[in-house]
Amino acid sequence: MKYVGTSVNRVDGIKKVTGDLKYVDDLKFPRMLYAAVKRSTRPHAKIIHIDISKAEKLPGVKVITTGKDFPKRVGLYLEDKNFLAVDKVRYMGEAVAAVAAETEEIAHEAVKLIEIEYEDLPIVTNALDAMKEDAPLIHPDLGTYKYASVFAPKPDTNISNHYKVRKGDVEEAFKKADYIFENDFYVPHIQHCPIENHSAIASVDREGSLTVWASCQSPYAVRLALSVAFDIPLNKIRVLSPAVGGGFGSKAGTTLEGIVIPLAMKSKGRPVKLTFSRKDEFINSFVRQGMHSKFKTGVMKNGKIIAIKDQYVWDGGAYTEYGVNITKAAGFAAVGPYDIENIWCDSYCVYTNHPVGGPYRGFGMSEIQFGIERNMNIIANELGIDPIEIRRINAQKVGGRTATNAPIDTCGLLDCLDQVLEDFDPNEKVESLSPNKVRAKGIAFGMKAPSMPNNVASSAIVRLNEDGTAYLLVSAQDIGQGSDTALTQFAAEVLSIPPEKITIKTGDTDHTPYEWQTVASRITYCAGNSVINACEDAKAQLLELASLKLGIYKRDLKLEDGYVVSTIYPDKKVAIADLSLGLTMPDGSGIHGPIIGRGVFIPPNVKDHDHETGLGDKPVAYWTYGCQGVDIEVDTQTGNIKVLNVVSSFDVGKVVNPTLVEGQIEGAIVQGIGSALWEELKFKDGKPLNPSFVDYKIPTANDMPEMIIKFIENEEKTGPFGARGVSEPAMIPSAPAIANALCDALGITINSLPLTPEKVLNAMKEKNNK
Amino acid sequence: MKYKINFILNNENVEHEVEANRTLLKVLREDFDLTGAKEGCGLGECGACTILVDGRPVNACMMLGIEADGKEILTIEGLSNGTKLDELQLSFVNNGALQCGYCTPGMIMSAKGLLKENATPTEDEVKEAISGNLCRCTGYKKIVEAIMEVVENNK
Repeated sequence: MKYVGTSVNRVDGIKKVTGDLKYVDDLKFPRMLYAAVKRSTRPHAKIIHIDISKAEKLPGVKVITTGKDFPKRVGLYLEDKNFLAVDKVRYMGEAVAAVAAETEEIAHEAVKLIEIEYEDLPIVTNALDAMKEDAPLIHPDLGTYKYASVFAPKPDTNISNHYKVRKGDVEEAFKKADYIFENDFYVPHIQHCPIENHSAIASVDREGSLTVWASCQSPYAVRLALSVAFDIPLNKIRVLSPAVGGGFGSKAGTTLEGIVIPLAMKSKGRPVKLTFSRKDEFINSFVRQGMHSKFKTGVMKNGKIIAIKDQYVWDGGAYTEYGVNITKAAGFAAVGPYDIENIWCDSYCVYTNHPVGGPYRGFGMSEIQFGIERNMNIIANELGIDPIEIRRINAQKVGGRTATNAPIDTCGLLDCLDQVLEDFDPNEKVESLSPNKVRAKGIAFGMKAPSMPNNVASSAIVRLNEDGTAYLLVSAQDIGQGSDTALTQFAAEVLSIPPEKITIKTGDTDHTPYEWQTVASRITYCAGNSVINACEDAKAQLLELASLKLGIYKRDLKLEDGYVVSTIYPDKKVAIADLSLGLTMPDGSGIHGPIIGRGVFIPPNVKDHDHETGLGDKPVAYWTYGCQGVDIEVDTQTGNIKVLNVVSSFDVGKVVNPTLVEGQIEGAIVQGIGSALWEELKFKDGKPLNPSFVDYKIPTANDMPEMIIKFIENEEKTGPFGARGVSEPAMIPSAPAIANALCDALGITINSLPLTPEKVLNAMKEKNNK
Repeated sequence: MKYKINFILNNENVEHEVEANRTLLKVLREDFDLTGAKEGCGLGECGACTILVDGRPVNACMMLGIEADGKEILTIEGLSNGTKLDELQLSFVNNGALQCGYCTPGMIMSAKGLLKENATPTEDEVKEAISGNLCRCTGYKKIVEAIMEVVENNK
């Protein structure tokens, strides 16, 4: 292949290094107003009265809206949220009213003048407590909410989804097991922290047509949510996402767009802009859900695990319109990358008075596999088996079955393990240069599938220009992962024209064709297939015309370097440029017209699972597997951990662009290190305590380890050139690998994240006291 | 009340009137439409707004507009000469040292400030110099490699 598999430079590189690329907050329109949001100061309270009279009188204030203006509930999978609170607030920081004014300063001043009378309600901030029968109900009307049929909310409880897996007979297996182990784990809320805060601008013209510029991952999903919320037909809404400064899930679905639109509807044609502050970004964009997991594991003496009964309780926060699907995704991967005959899994999405939980890189997989991978090491240590050996024994392999009992026909998991071991000796003892420091090594697996509805669609259009250059139109969004470049490479490969002759256009629902969402590590796979199909369509048209022109059968023609060429007589050829507008016949007449290729894609044969057992032959398009080895240094006096070396291997099916995919893995490893060592969004009685980069530390260049990035290429048969998604999976093993290294080396047990110095020192003290 | 200030902005003399309480970042972005410097936190913690003031990297969100009086300000927009990119910009593109691009202008300006002061930094000095610039995408590896490539080329 000429372009796929090579490190083509990013097609958006020059715009980004020059500062020329305009992100939403960089846009400015004539007569634009600026918005600010009045936020709840209570974690759970009835709204008794909102007094906007003082704010209205402030000079420069143009519009004030409250939840009563648009009380219709919306949501991606479960319609449980309003963009502005209606009747009650369910978390501290929830949007209650919004102001549009001549300047940002006036808008913020006006927000301070809005007075809200609340009547406090009892709060619940721990998901385990929220499941109890006497817990205060956060959504008493849950039973009346609309939801997608694959979910199972429990009316009159705080449980907005219960996904269960019932495979084999765990109780019978526990009786046969030589050993039973029980372990609990917890991962806290963390925040995505894209460097670009959310921003949206809305404008409504005199026809009632709405235009929204949003830093969003999924313009079409935003368009649909807005259409439902505001009763506007889809052809009257245009959503543009000009550029996205990092997403990691936080810009999936819809967040602040619904706040700014009601303001624009009342601003007499003036555009309204709202940009989140970093504090807003911490609290009011999705947070990664906190999660309590517990495992009962039945194991034979030889290390074979015969049964796992586990429970995942997700702290979904105040609204779980998106979070319910994370609960389901967790069920599909109920026991991680292991082939276990008997499984009983309950995964619950639970409302609490915390900020809104939602998609975060990994979509539940980092959270559950922290517990799964720690559990494996704990069991291995108890049995005196090598942690790698117990993984080999229980790993999913070709011919085996997943948690949902789906047959496994491709699985590079152990290939990845072996590839990591080429550069990583887990048993090599390295002495630290400092007497107070200990070197330690750990390993963990990771697996993930694209978590998306079965029938999600993608589409692409390719248009050829008169000179043989091309436009590629998609609505897959490049949020940094490099999709603009990878999709351009696919088009270049099929059309056999160099990437620099192809311009990709994205993110405009009026002009670029449908894409469900840029999430789930699905774009290379789903959008990639639609791009290939569009280019194949254009190619078929070109061959048809060339066949007429050259008098050669289509089967004997191919595209090569901007020409349609005979495979038999290489000197017989016609330039793509000469066919781009159709074919001119010898008599001067013309046929066909411009070459426009159309391509669509839906992942083939992905089907609903059984509701009672959670089982299904193909509930996901494919699984991506991988492995990571880490080498850390622990300071036994301070409890500080430094990650020194990481070796990663993932089975990506096909490396489309080595530099780009390495970048995805490197970024994922470092993000994983942050979640392992420092990151936790802390709350006290629902109040966020550290919503700033001063108090919530993410990794800097000084925290970067040495990284060796490797790949296995077991073809995904339905993937574009064999490729499968990897940008999320790569983060999953980081935290458990680090925790395994730490705990095994020091002989301590820490079963929650992050691995703070305080926890390390306490665990060491506890061990010494024993 | 507005104050009159004179400064050099991307190699041109400018005269400007500015309120005392506005940050240089707002002045650059709103008054001059130079949006390459981004506001990521407004507290000097993320470095997305990094520009050069008299050749040294500064968080523009932590500096008042009036403080620019008499100074030489260079933003990412002034780093390239038309379509001719600066060596750092080229190296970032060639090494895949960017993903979403939001931290990239600030990152490049921090690196530029370092290289102006020390043309042959070590890798550790490079890491230290950009440790005030947060990037959530890349894991920093290719950024450090891109800067080190420029350092090596100039040796």
